[in-house]
Amino acid sequence: MLIGRPSDITASEITPATVFRKRRALIKAAGLGTMMAWSGLSLGEEPKTKIQDYSKSSYGQEEKLTSYRDITTYNNFYEFGTGKEQPAENVGQFKTTPWTVSIEGEVLKPRKLGIEELMKLAPLEERIYRMRCVEGWSMVIPWVGIPLSSLVKLAQPTGNAKFVELISAADPATMPGVRAPILDWPYVEALRLDEAMHSLTILAVGLYGEILPAQNGAPVRLVVPWKYGFKGGKSIVRIRFVEKMPQTTWMRAAPREYGFYANVNPTVDHPRWSQASERRIGGNVFSRRTPTLMFNGYADQVAQLYAGMDLRKHF
Amino acid sequence: MAPTSIAWIKRGIFLLALGPLIRLFWLGFTDQLGANPVEFIEHSTGTWALVALLLSLAVTPLRLLFNMGWLVSLRRMLGLFMFFYACLHFLAYLWLDHWFDWAGIGADIIKHPYVLVGFLALILSIPLAVTSTDAMIRKLKRRWKTLHLLAYPVAILGVLHYLWLVKKDISQPLIYALILFILLLIRLYYRLKLRRV
Repeated sequence: MLIGRPSDITASEITPATVFRKRRALIKAAGLGTMMAWSGLSLGEEPKTKIQDYSKSSYGQEEKLTSYRDITTYNNFYEFGTGKEQPAENVGQFKTTPWTVSIEGEVLKPRKLGIEELMKLAPLEERIYRMRCVEGWSMVIPWVGIPLSSLVKLAQPTGNAKFVELISAADPATMPGVRAPILDWPYVEALRLDEAMHSLTILAVGLYGEILPAQNGAPVRLVVPWKYGFKGGKSIVRIRFVEKMPQTTWMRAAPREYGFYANVNPTVDHPRWSQASERRIGGNVFSRRTPTLMFNGYADQVAQLYAGMDLRKHF
Repeated sequence: MAPTSIAWIKRGIFLLALGPLIRLFWLGFTDQLGANPVEFIEHSTGTWALVALLLSLAVTPLRLLFNMGWLVSLRRMLGLFMFFYACLHFLAYLWLDHWFDWAGIGADIIKHPYVLVGFLALILSIPLAVTSTDAMIRKLKRRWKTLHLLAYPVAILGVLHYLWLVKKDISQPLIYALILFILLLIRLYYRLKLRRV
């Protein structure tokens, strides 16, 4: 009997979600039951939990989805290592239940919110969003989540609250990347309050109709589709409402390279590389780059948030 | 070491040095280049160019430290493999990454320091590859040695290229930088010692 440890399994051996689901259905149909299901798990497939109740939305219907395999094996999640494959390999010890998110700062209703309560703040909805990484690659991801605005409304920010700060988990015992001082842990991201209230901004709890895998920021992460991917803090434990613009982790790490806004903008280069085009993940060796769109293609919905601002200065 | 065994070692290293290229083709044909295959090819060819370069620069220090004179006969091949992988690296950049979009490539090289130093390293290694033949060594005589001092700036620019590319975790490029530093230090030590004698 051969049982592979996670590290023995190359990404290519992992069955894509679609194939896997079909196989599951087939196994069920054949009535082969637990034995085969077990053998499926031994191939390195994490047990997945379907999200029972969520609605589809019209966002991104025209886009071709990036495969489950690519979305879950090509990650920037430095808390689990700086290599793209490392998060998927290193999340084994990380526990996402129980999980609470603490709502703090300039709010009338500070409180702790269990992940189950958080998932019920608003009807869960699938949002197919483009995700543009600051490094020049992109994906199309079917998130499942709730609008961040529903949490903001629950918290009832005071008149002093101008920004929302989202703080990620940083547990050296279960997140090996945190043991190295690569970044100033915990990871901090932040939005202006109006950005946080925007209907495109979501807290994602699922992917491809299933509970979010740990390497993608389980159990809850921020998704702001018109900003570079690093704005989307993962595995969030605290949400703070503050008056002054917070210093985010990447601003502290390299202020010349990463600004507070980090809006996708093909006309403003990163100091070290061009942002004019991007490489869509899932192509082959001969796939070409595609032009990057202003605000990642969401300009119609969000450009008015930045009316009159010099986006070269506020990059 | 006997000439025949050196010849065998050279053949062995030649095949070994082709390994990374064969691996890329294998991974490519079996769809194992990962989520971002173009990036994989660029990183792999770049890494092996750097490895070959450091190995070629390690020949003299190892010869001095361990009295392994025969190593010198491997140096040219290692240097040429550096050039080979650097050319593949550049070709992957020009073709697979940018599809010969010359305006975009030109802007990329001029505007972005890490691209520029990598490009300079490649340009400076061209005369080294061109003058690597026995005939050129004979023809250039003493000037050949002076010309091939270019290997040092090539190595420094190559390591800088890697260092400036990395976003935050610079541990990998620092390993290359450290090895280069040690190799240069050993040379410096022997140069100063010889001068005193």
